[in-house]
Amino acid sequence: MFSYCTDPDTLGQLAWLSCYLTTGVHLSFYLAFLKVLGLLAVTAPVALAFGFLGAMAARSHILPLSWLGRGYIAIVRGVPDIAFFLFFVIALDQLFEYVRHRIKCPDWTGPVRQGNDFIVCPAAKLPLGTSPEWVHETYGFFLAVVTFAIVFGAFAANVLYGGMRAVPRAQLETAEAYGMSHRQTFWRVLVPQMWVYALPGLSNTWMVLIKATPLLFLLGIDDIVYWARSLGGTKTAQFTDYPHGDWRMWYFLFLLVFYLGFTRVSEVVLERLMKRLTHGQATTGGEAQRKAA
Amino acid sequence: MTCFETFQAYALRSIGIGERLLPRSDFTLCDHFVLIGSGMIWNIYFALMALASGFFLATALAVAKGAANPWARKPAEWFIFVFRGSPLFIQFFFAYFFFLGLKGQYAFFDAFTAAWLGALIVLFLNTSAYSGEIFYGALRSIPKGDVEAADAYGMSGWPRFRRIVWPTMLRLAWPAYTNEAIFLFHATTLVFFSAFPAWQQRGDALYYANYFADKTYNPFIPYPILAMYFILFTLVIVGGFGLVNRHLNRHLPAERRAKIKYRPKLIR
Repeated sequence: MFSYCTDPDTLGQLAWLSCYLTTGVHLSFYLAFLKVLGLLAVTAPVALAFGFLGAMAARSHILPLSWLGRGYIAIVRGVPDIAFFLFFVIALDQLFEYVRHRIKCPDWTGPVRQGNDFIVCPAAKLPLGTSPEWVHETYGFFLAVVTFAIVFGAFAANVLYGGMRAVPRAQLETAEAYGMSHRQTFWRVLVPQMWVYALPGLSNTWMVLIKATPLLFLLGIDDIVYWARSLGGTKTAQFTDYPHGDWRMWYFLFLLVFYLGFTRVSEVVLERLMKRLTHGQATTGGEAQRKAA
Repeated sequence: MTCFETFQAYALRSIGIGERLLPRSDFTLCDHFVLIGSGMIWNIYFALMALASGFFLATALAVAKGAANPWARKPAEWFIFVFRGSPLFIQFFFAYFFFLGLKGQYAFFDAFTAAWLGALIVLFLNTSAYSGEIFYGALRSIPKGDVEAADAYGMSGWPRFRRIVWPTMLRLAWPAYTNEAIFLFHATTLVFFSAFPAWQQRGDALYYANYFADKTYNPFIPYPILAMYFILFTLVIVGGFGLVNRHLNRHLPAERRAKIKYRPKLIR
């Protein structure tokens, strides 16, 4: 990257390191951090939306819908998350391909599952065999986001469900006494008040979500774990201008520090948010703030 | 092969007893159940050993974190922060490569790069940190009256801790500790998907489930079987810890007893 990097063998230690850390592959490594942040930025709202729908379904008066919501929460939370990640990536892919197969090739007669193969017509393949590399990568990332959203949606649903039930009954009764309908009570009274009860659980879910991002590696995405493994491995002078021994330990130490910093910053931010949300609420926290002011 | 023969061949496959070659084609449901069940041996081994050993370090950490002396408090705080603030997955990777580096210099560390010891150490430290934080929280919410009563009886130091503080701490922490045990049990599935190699294809339940899913390209059979096993053992954990909980709460009137709620956070 720098002009003095043309002949790394002649450089001093610090200059060598500065060249080493700015090689093309390292820039891909740094880009992978953006991928992680991007995943978080996309997944968090989607998972929250899934969670909201799940919680609404779970407290629904329609029995089958309520079972669906509760079942979603219970099953996803009862099984190791990583099993879900491995499961959904294949299952979603096959589901999409199967749906497309039924729509695009209605006169295809062979069964989709033949022994150990899953065969759909070429037009139904996702992504199409002819599409460029970036489409494949984006599709993989999309599957990862949906998988994360499904799993963490269940966590969020559980928290939001608890939050909705924690809103004091008197608040809802007051709303009803003012002649609000069910829907109005839900949107104008329940939803604005539930956040303060749900936030501790949601911030916990957020922390767990951050700590789950390295699992992207298992979904076949070139994420930070992938790069740390491949960059850290022993490099001989034959293949690179920057030969070094097995540095994977140091790369993973760096990732460890990155995650520590990230969770710490989130903790501080969430604490502030909690303080703001508690303001003016009918809780002990809100009462303490009122007295202090 | 009948199902019984499959059972004989593969029931202990994950610890290296029985048929060497894994089934390669024409997988029956029986194959799935037996091999994935065989893998559960590893999950149970990791969970049991890590919990049993981590319990003591967790108690020590909780006491140290609550101590007034900064020489005891600071290391405990940092230990808990590091292990709770970073993903277990990355901890596995780091530990593996760390042990690998040590192995290159000292032959003594040979065993540490194998999952049975290396991963166990990581799980042990990790669960100690999480349970230590739970115990610390419980330690701080011990009713003042209990400790004052101990003082009034002339107890102090070790007897007071052993007979008053520690049992109350356990009683208060037990519901949360149950959840921690469940997480840890679920987290054991990460071992063979991080850097630790499954030597001679001796892996845990998820390793075999993944093996089947890779070979058949059909995730709808092995993973639900895996889920069934895990739900089953989770219920066993809840039951076992519930018994202990009843024992810890036996002196209290029924309505004041802490109930165990199944609330795992699952990923660490």
